[in-house]
Amino acid sequence: MKVEFWGTRGSLASPGFDTARYGGNTSCVSVRGSEGTLIVLDAGTGIRNLGQSLPPTVNQAHILLTHLHMDHIQGLPFFAPLRRPGSEIHIWGPASTTLGLSARLQKYLSPPLFPVSIRELAARIHFHELPFHVIEIGEFMIHAQLIIHPNPTIGYRIQSANAALTYLPDHEPALGGRAFARDTSWTSGYKLAEGANLLIHDSQYSEEEYRQRIGFGHSSLGHAFRFAEASNVKHFVPFHHDPTHDDDTLDRMFERAMQDAQPSYGVTPGHEGLSIDVRG
Amino acid sequence: MFQQEIEVILARHLAECLAMPVFLVNPDGDLIFYNEPAEKVLGQNYNETGAMPAREWTTIFQPMSREGNAIPPEELPLMIALSKHQPAHDLFWIHAKDGVTREIEVTAFPLIGQAGRFLGAIALFWERST
Repeated sequence: MKVEFWGTRGSLASPGFDTARYGGNTSCVSVRGSEGTLIVLDAGTGIRNLGQSLPPTVNQAHILLTHLHMDHIQGLPFFAPLRRPGSEIHIWGPASTTLGLSARLQKYLSPPLFPVSIRELAARIHFHELPFHVIEIGEFMIHAQLIIHPNPTIGYRIQSANAALTYLPDHEPALGGRAFARDTSWTSGYKLAEGANLLIHDSQYSEEEYRQRIGFGHSSLGHAFRFAEASNVKHFVPFHHDPTHDDDTLDRMFERAMQDAQPSYGVTPGHEGLSIDVRG
Repeated sequence: MFQQEIEVILARHLAECLAMPVFLVNPDGDLIFYNEPAEKVLGQNYNETGAMPAREWTTIFQPMSREGNAIPPEELPLMIALSKHQPAHDLFWIHAKDGVTREIEVTAFPLIGQAGRFLGAIALFWERST
């Protein structure tokens, strides 16, 4: 499967000269299968560029939302295929205990927060609520599971015939208590990440910042490395960079974290334009 | 490999942060976690005992009523919360593993997660001082 990164920033889009290398767009990753199935992971502001890059012949896509915080849905109405008559778009994501996925999304996609409502978009849109079953999309099997992050938040494991990708962009497994990473049966997200060929994981904070933000739902870079190590992944992409971290800050954080972790697996810091061919 | 449901992981985290004794059992009634304050009341450590099957923890502490009658497992608050999916409360005596007999008051409630998934039950208990 081919994995491309269109937005790697967390919380808030952060364009500017000092964030140009890692990118300022919020979470969006595309996954292409060998049979052409298109899966889009989250609809942050990065999804606009993804939509622009797709040829008009692409008339079907599956958008898998981890949760409905603004940095993961803000780009949704700017995804070109949604405005194209004849397109078929499937939106998968979490319901809450009282509201369905469609009703939850309508809160953003309706006036006064946004001038266009979902039903005014030209594409045929189908909503599917997760995460309590395994789904099959084209050549992929998708495993979804709740993970630790405020409000219902889903992590995904996308399995092809020969490789597995795990996507946990907003995740605070260290909040699971003292057993974190030591006892994997008590570690949030472990079942999704175990042995994955590629892990895309929240690494928003430095260790110092994390101590001031425990319970915000995000990981320190060090915690993300510990999670990757415990999950025995083959390749790790730190993701969901804090909007206050410019390129030079991120360079220093990754350099220090690599020295501390001495990982036995591959590590590529997430940045816009990154493309990885994931194979088993 | 097996992984606990997220609501159960968070329940354990809450228990680890609380200063009052907490018991956490899975839908089968097996004891999957108890916190440090509970260790003091029970007279044993979670790190030493680990998880315990229902048939073990419901009898090992020999729960008995104020009148001195043994309480059958199915009448313990946690087991009522499990079997009836409703809260339960009781006051009774246990023989802790440190050899001390203690009077405890227990409130148990079912743990129901997203989409109505039944995930087990939680008991909060207090050692009575008189």
